Amino acid sequence: MSGSAPDPTDARHVSLRSGVYADSVKLMQVSKAVGGRDGVTAVLVAMATPLNLELAAGMGLSPDAGAKPDQLLIALRAVDEAELAAAITAVDAALTAREERGSADAIPPRTVGFALGEQQETPLAIISVPGPYAVAEAMDAVAAGRSVLVFSDGVPVEHEIALKRAAHEAGVLVMGPDCGTAIVSGVALGFANVVRPGPVGLVAASGTGAQQVSCLLDMAGVGVSHVLGVGGRDLSAAVGGLATLDALRMLDGDAATERVLLVSKPPAPEVAEQVAGTAAELGTPFSSAALSAASPDLTASVEALLQEMGVDVPTWPTRAGADRAVPAGAVLKGFYSGGTLADEAMLVAAPALGDVRSNTPLRPELDLGADFGATGHVVVDFGDDALTVGRAHPMIDPTLRLEAIAGLAAGGEPAVLLLDVVLGYGADPDPAAALVPAVRDLPFPVVVALVGTEGDPQGWSRQADALAAAGVHVFASNSAATRYAIDLIGASK
Amino acid sequence: MTNLLSGPPAVVAAGVDVFSDALRAQGAAVTDVEWRPPTIGSADDLTQLALDPRRAAANRVAVERVLASRSTLTDVAPASEVIGLTGRTLLHSGPPLSWETASGPMRGALMGACLFEGWADTPEAAEQLLASGGVALDSCHHHRTVGPMAGVTSPSMWMWCLTDPTDGRQAFSNLNEGLGKVLRMGAYGPEVVTRLHWMTDVMGPILQAAVRSRPEPLDVTGVLAQMLQMGDEGHNRNRAGSLMTLRELSPSIVAVDAPKDDIAEVLRFIGGNEHFFLNLGMPTAKLAMDAVGHVPGSTMVTTLARNGTEFGVRTAGTGDRWFTAPANTPVGLFLGDYGPEDANPDIGDSAIMETYGVGGFCMAAAPAIVRFVGGTVPDALATTERMYQITLQENPAMQVPILGFRGAPTGIDVLSVARTGWLPQINTGMAGRVAGTGQVGAGLVQPPASCFEQAVAALAEESRAALG
Repeated sequence: MSGSAPDPTDARHVSLRSGVYADSVKLMQVSKAVGGRDGVTAVLVAMATPLNLELAAGMGLSPDAGAKPDQLLIALRAVDEAELAAAITAVDAALTAREERGSADAIPPRTVGFALGEQQETPLAIISVPGPYAVAEAMDAVAAGRSVLVFSDGVPVEHEIALKRAAHEAGVLVMGPDCGTAIVSGVALGFANVVRPGPVGLVAASGTGAQQVSCLLDMAGVGVSHVLGVGGRDLSAAVGGLATLDALRMLDGDAATERVLLVSKPPAPEVAEQVAGTAAELGTPFSSAALSAASPDLTASVEALLQEMGVDVPTWPTRAGADRAVPAGAVLKGFYSGGTLADEAMLVAAPALGDVRSNTPLRPELDLGADFGATGHVVVDFGDDALTVGRAHPMIDPTLRLEAIAGLAAGGEPAVLLLDVVLGYGADPDPAAALVPAVRDLPFPVVVALVGTEGDPQGWSRQADALAAAGVHVFASNSAATRYAIDLIGASK
Repeated sequence: MTNLLSGPPAVVAAGVDVFSDALRAQGAAVTDVEWRPPTIGSADDLTQLALDPRRAAANRVAVERVLASRSTLTDVAPASEVIGLTGRTLLHSGPPLSWETASGPMRGALMGACLFEGWADTPEAAEQLLASGGVALDSCHHHRTVGPMAGVTSPSMWMWCLTDPTDGRQAFSNLNEGLGKVLRMGAYGPEVVTRLHWMTDVMGPILQAAVRSRPEPLDVTGVLAQMLQMGDEGHNRNRAGSLMTLRELSPSIVAVDAPKDDIAEVLRFIGGNEHFFLNLGMPTAKLAMDAVGHVPGSTMVTTLARNGTEFGVRTAGTGDRWFTAPANTPVGLFLGDYGPEDANPDIGDSAIMETYGVGGFCMAAAPAIVRFVGGTVPDALATTERMYQITLQENPAMQVPILGFRGAPTGIDVLSVARTGWLPQINTGMAGRVAGTGQVGAGLVQPPASCFEQAVAALAEESRAALG
C-alpha cells in the first residue's frame, strides 16, 4: 500500500452521514480530488460497506461501531487542524460539483468507409491522401458501391488493376489514380475549369488534355455533360482501359450525354482497339481525341467534333504579345505543367523541327533525364510524377519552372519559349502574377497556351491581358501556340 | 450502388483541404474525412488487406455469427464435470503463460487455487508446487471458458454453464466471489479459501438446483440487453444486471430443498455483489465470439484477453494464433490508500465484453465509468462514437439509449483499428501487483498497439499466400 503509516500527531476526521448516496465512482473521484491536496495524508470518502470499512481500518480511520452500508463515510487525515478543516470543505465541494452534461461533438470520420456509411446518398469519394495509403481508402468507396476519384499518385499499377476490377464488379467507376481532372454534373473535381453544361461527355486519361478540350468546347458554346477522368495509365497495356470502358458505358447510359469524346495521351495500340470495339457498340456517337503521330492535335479533334455536330468552329481567342526579334538559330523550349499538353506540343513540333528531347519523350532515345538545361529542342513536363515527389504540382507551385526559365535566360541559348498556363479550380489563383516578372524582360519571344475559360476564377481574358502586357503571345489552343512558336523558329532560319 | 451521373454529387473527401474547399465554393455538399497516416501496419499490408476480395464477405459471415448467437443459463456444475478439468490443472485468463512469467496477482490466484484444491497446505508449499511445474497451466479461452481478472479456474470450482439454444454450443465461467480480497484479484488468504469452499459446498449446489428447476432457462442475452438501458455497460458496471439476475433466480433459489440459513446466505451473497452478473455476461460474450470460428479472409477480432503479463489478440482470419505483447497498466481510480504504483498490468478475460461490443464500447450507456479517468459524459459518448469507427456492425440486440437506441458497435476490425489508430477501449478492474493484495481500483485501458501490428502482418501474409 502507498501512503504513510498512521501518525498520532496528525489531525483526523471520521464521520458518517445518513441520507447521502453517491455512486462509488463519484466517491472515488472525490477521494482522489481531496487526496491530491498537499495537507492531506489519507482520505476515504465512500459508502460504509464492509469492504470500505475494512479499507478505513487499514488506514487507521475506523468509524465508531454501528456504521451502516447506506451511510457515507468520510475519513480524513491531514497534517494539522487547518488543513483538515479545508479538506472537509473540499469534500463537500467535490460532492456537490456539477459535471458537464451529455452531447458529444460529432467525432469526425477517420476513414472513407465510415464517412460513406454515414452518408448513404453520397455517390462519390475523392482521395488525395499519400499514394501508399490511397487504395485502402478508395477500396472503401468501391465496397460501399460508390465511385471514387483518386487524385493521389504513386499507386502501384497492380493495385490500380485490382481496384478497377473490383469497381467494375461493383458497377462503380474508379477515376484515377493520378486523376487530376473531372467534372460531374457541373461540379469541378480537382483541377477543372468552369465550363458550360452541354451534350459532350468526355472520358479522359489525361487531365490537362481534358481541360484543353472542355475549355475549347465551352468557347465554341457547346459545353460538356461530364468529364470522367480515368487516370493516365488506364489505356496502358497493363491496365487495359478498365475504367475507360466502364466510363464509356456510364456516359452511354446518361441522358445528358449526346456525344462521347475520348481524350488521352497515346494509348497502347491493343487497348485503343478494344476501346474502339466497345465504342462501336454504344448508342451514343463516339469519337476519339487520343493523341498519336497521326492525330497530334487536340484542337483539331475538337474542331472535327464541332463540325460533326453542325456547330460553327469559332476563331480561338488569342492575344498578341511584344514583337521581339527571334534570335538566329533559335530552338524550341517548351516548359509545361500539363503532361498531355507537353505531348501534344512535341507531336505537333516534331514534323517541323525534328527530334524534341524531353523528360517524357515520344521515344525512349529522346530521354532528357534530369538535364533540363540541355541544348536544342526541349520540352519538359514539370508535372511529371518524378518532379512532384514532395512538392505541389506546378499548376499550384511554379517554382521549378520559374527556375528553369531563369536558367534559360542566363544560359544565352537562342530560343523561343513555349509555356502552358492552366486556369480553373485547384490552379494558382493568379498564375500571370508569378509568370510576368520571369518573362517580361526575356530577350526572345514567349508563347503561352492559356487553358481556361472566362468563367474560371482567374478569368481567361484577365490572365491573357496580363500576359500580353508583359510581351507574351497568348493562345487558347495549345496546338495553335505550338505552331506559332514553330513559325517563329522557322522564320528565323 | 448510387448513380454518379444523376446530379451534382455530394462528396466524401480524404486528403488535402484544397479540393474540399473548391467543392464547397461550388456549393457541393462535402464531408471531410479526418485522415491520419496509419501508425499500425505497413502501407503494403494495409493495402493487401483492403484489396483482399474475400474480406467483405468473410467479415460479414464473422460478425453475423456473433449477432446470431444467444445465451441461456442452463446449468451450474463443477469444472471437472463440464469442461473435463481433471488432475492438477489450473486455467488462467489471457494468452498462455508460465509460472515464471506470471504476475503477482496471477501467482497469488494460482497459489490460492492450490490451497483451495488441497494440493498444498501453505502458500509457500503452493508456490513451490507451482514453481516446480507440478501444476499444468492453460488458458481459459482454450476450454470454452472465460474468467475475470486472474481467471483462475480449478477442477472443483462450480461453473456457470451457458448454452446457445440455436445450436447447443456452450461456454463457461466460474462464480463471482465479490469484491476486495478475492482470488481473481490475486488474494489467497484464509478468508479467500474459506469463501471458495462455501461457494463450492453451499452456493454451487443451491444454484444448480435452482437453475435446473426453472421452467425456462434464464435468457442471459436478454439481461445483458436490458442492463445497457439501465446504466450498466456489462464490464465495469453490472449493478442492474446483477439485480435482474437475483430477481430471476430468487424464486427458484428459495424453493431449493436446503437449510434456510444457507439459502439466505446465498441470496445475501448475490445481493451484495455488484459484479455478480459479470461471470454470466462473459460466457455470453464468449459464446458469441466462439460462434465465429476460423473464417479465412476475415479481419475481425475474436479474442481480447490479458493474463497480467501479456495482452493477447486473436482474429477470425488467423484462428487460434495469439498475437501478444506486454500488457498496459490501467489508468483510473484507486480504493482507499492505493495508488498507481500498486496496480498490476492489465489482467483478465473480461475484455471479451469489449470483443463482443459492450463494456468500454458501450461507454455511452454507462457514463459513470468515464469518471474513473476524470472524464465527462461527453467523453463517454465520444468513446462509443469512436468505437463505431473500428467495428463492422451495430448489434440491434444491444442498444444504447442515449445514442437514439443505436446498436452496440460490434466486431472489432483489425484493419479499421490500424487505419484509424483508435485502439479498442476496455473498462477494467485493477488488481494489486503484489500477490495477495486483492483489488486496488478500477479504470480504463487499451491493448498494446503491437498486438494489432502483429495481427495486420499475419493477416496480410495469409492473404498473400491465399491469393497467390
